[in-house]
Amino acid sequence: MATTPPGNLLMTTVDKAASWARTRSMFPATFGLACCAIEMMATGAAHYDLARFGMEVFRASPRQADLMIVAGRVSQKMAPVLRQVYDQMPDPKWVISMGACASSGGMFNNYALVQGVDQIVPVDIYVPGCPPGPQSLMHGILSLHDKIMSGEVAS
Amino acid sequence: MKVLAEAFESVTWTESHEQTVAEVPAEDWYAFAEAAKDAGFEVCVDVTAVDWMRQRPKRFEVVANLLSMKDKQRLRMVTGLDRQDPTVASITPIWPGVGFAEREVYDMFGIVFEGHPDLTRILMPDEWEGHPLRKDFGVGSVPVQFKESHKVN
Amino acid sequence: MTAEEKTLDIWVAGTEEPEFSPTDEGEQEFSDSESEDRLADQYGRVIDDDYVFDDEVADDERMVVNMGPQHPSTHGVLRLQLEMEGEVIRRTKPIIGYLHTGMEKTAEQLTFSQGPTNVTRMDYLAPLHGELAYSLAVERLLDVEVPPRAAAIRILMTELNRVSSHLVALATNGMDIGALSMMIYGFRERESILAFFEKTTGLRMNHNFIRPGGVAADLPPGWKDDVSAILKDMPERMEQYDDLLRNNPIWLARTEGVGVITAEEATAYSITGPALRATGVDWDIRKAFPYSGIDQYEFDVPVGENGDVYDRYRVRVEEMHESLKIVEQVMDSMPKGDYRVGDRKITPPPRARIDESMEALIHHFKLFTEGFKVPAGETYVAVESPRGELGCYLVSDGNATPYRMHTRAPSFYNLQALPIAMGDSLVADTIATIASMDPVMGDVDR
Repeated sequence: MATTPPGNLLMTTVDKAASWARTRSMFPATFGLACCAIEMMATGAAHYDLARFGMEVFRASPRQADLMIVAGRVSQKMAPVLRQVYDQMPDPKWVISMGACASSGGMFNNYALVQGVDQIVPVDIYVPGCPPGPQSLMHGILSLHDKIMSGEVAS
Repeated sequence: MKVLAEAFESVTWTESHEQTVAEVPAEDWYAFAEAAKDAGFEVCVDVTAVDWMRQRPKRFEVVANLLSMKDKQRLRMVTGLDRQDPTVASITPIWPGVGFAEREVYDMFGIVFEGHPDLTRILMPDEWEGHPLRKDFGVGSVPVQFKESHKVN
Repeated sequence: MTAEEKTLDIWVAGTEEPEFSPTDEGEQEFSDSESEDRLADQYGRVIDDDYVFDDEVADDERMVVNMGPQHPSTHGVLRLQLEMEGEVIRRTKPIIGYLHTGMEKTAEQLTFSQGPTNVTRMDYLAPLHGELAYSLAVERLLDVEVPPRAAAIRILMTELNRVSSHLVALATNGMDIGALSMMIYGFRERESILAFFEKTTGLRMNHNFIRPGGVAADLPPGWKDDVSAILKDMPERMEQYDDLLRNNPIWLARTEGVGVITAEEATAYSITGPALRATGVDWDIRKAFPYSGIDQYEFDVPVGENGDVYDRYRVRVEEMHESLKIVEQVMDSMPKGDYRVGDRKITPPPRARIDESMEALIHHFKLFTEGFKVPAGETYVAVESPRGELGCYLVSDGNATPYRMHTRAPSFYNLQALPIAMGDSLVADTIATIASMDPVMGDVDR
């Protein structure tokens, strides 16, 4: 008795199929703040070509994005704006904290900066560096893909 | 510059690292700026301030850097302000370009510029309390704590 | 009473049906007792907003639009409050501070040798210029002169940095107006310069390379080949930009006569850099107050005429040519010698000496724990950054940390001209004007 059904069929779970679909077309919201934003733009430009991962469409509107790359230092004045943009994004959504300033305040441990964007929004991936090079950012993005595929981050 | 020196006897002229500095009494601040513009300093490059705390009798020092493009000359005018009443005339009517700079000084030091059209906070949020660049305002640093680390006594 | 001012009777479900149909032309007029105010209220023509002040215009045409701080075309986190009458902008109010990092406060905590790490993160498109201004200020307070090779390396790096910064300015300006290819081109060429920077300084941005007393490291072996490759490629590539933009009717239509600033306005508003030169004022710090021996090299100062977006774009392109000219001259005449001052009180000893000499070890330890002390005094030093006059006002009280460090940020002042440049222009020209001023928000807010 045949254990596999005949014909060209692939067996998978709905979760896996959904995660696969999500990783292949992630739309990052343009949330460039400081130096890291320039590197984020460089990542999207010709030399590093983020389009290879189906992610070159940086969405100007958070309503159309499912990934927020917090690229740069978050000031006390910017924090409410950042949270609002995050709240406007549809589920499922992910956050990459790019660079030392976004992750921990970096070298600016002072009154003006939020010491780590994880105080405002949940962060899935921290990319180290000041600023992280495009390779680092791409590594972070691919790590996020792996995380989604493995089902570690559900939403 | 000679014209300026003759017109204002209350101004002390010094040299600091090959730059001319004019120490102007606060009440002559506006008049001196106006005369300086007539004397050829058509650009006010920058306005800033220094908080001297207890090091000097006048706590605050407002600094304006003037530039004469024609003569390729710089002039720095400074004035000292009392800690109780840090108020000085705004020079925005002479150089509208210092509008942002004076707002920044107000935001960071709490120095009031009389006659400024829109003296509000510029860099800090509106509801912020205190003036960050004053020396008695702490850095506001948060002690670094490593997550899930164990404290060693 | 005109037809527009008639009310529509809306039938609400569950209530008694009106006797006439909505198309009926019957008794629907307002009686005369209805006052004009109430009518205006009904139509929502009265806007309860103090910001709107001019009663001359029809009120329903006027609206206040918030642009930013999260907007792809505001070059970071700039926020603009636009008061518009239909498509025409009547008033603009820039609101800044969304990237305020407290760097001037942080600078008071860092020693003089740590300082460049801080200032390099201000203007992140031209980090080397920030470092240069700070280092020159410290050196002037210390009263030291850097060796000729250090000065030449500084000029080489800053002029390359000017090219890379202008490339981003062109790229983003193109992208904002719709020439997306320009963005791809600009970042492509920028990569070749950044690759050289990475080889020399170890980082693509935020180098901390120019330090008080010289530069952090000598140029890497084979640097001439890298620079020659850049010098060979760039003019060719810049012709491509000309093909793409200068001869492009859409680009011309969107930039010529847009965002005009006159020379008088520019000096009154302390505008510097390409935005000032585009108005026709021949002013460049490199010519007026030469630093790091830049007066040895031959270059011209390109000047525009009209002060519109197109002129600012042209000035930038011409400046890139001039910068490449300087880079070529520096490369050919690079002096030999040390790349930092020999004074061991300022410069850390070479790594190899620390193992051999006790004195070197002590110097090294003292420099990196306490830092060197700078005589009391204050000074203002300015350099010509890609955006204009980047000045550093440095006050020392004789300690190892600055008593006060203030940066005269060019973008901060240039941004004030936005309301003038955008006055009575179309809303579609907003982003073209912003991009042509090339503000870097890290520089504005610090």
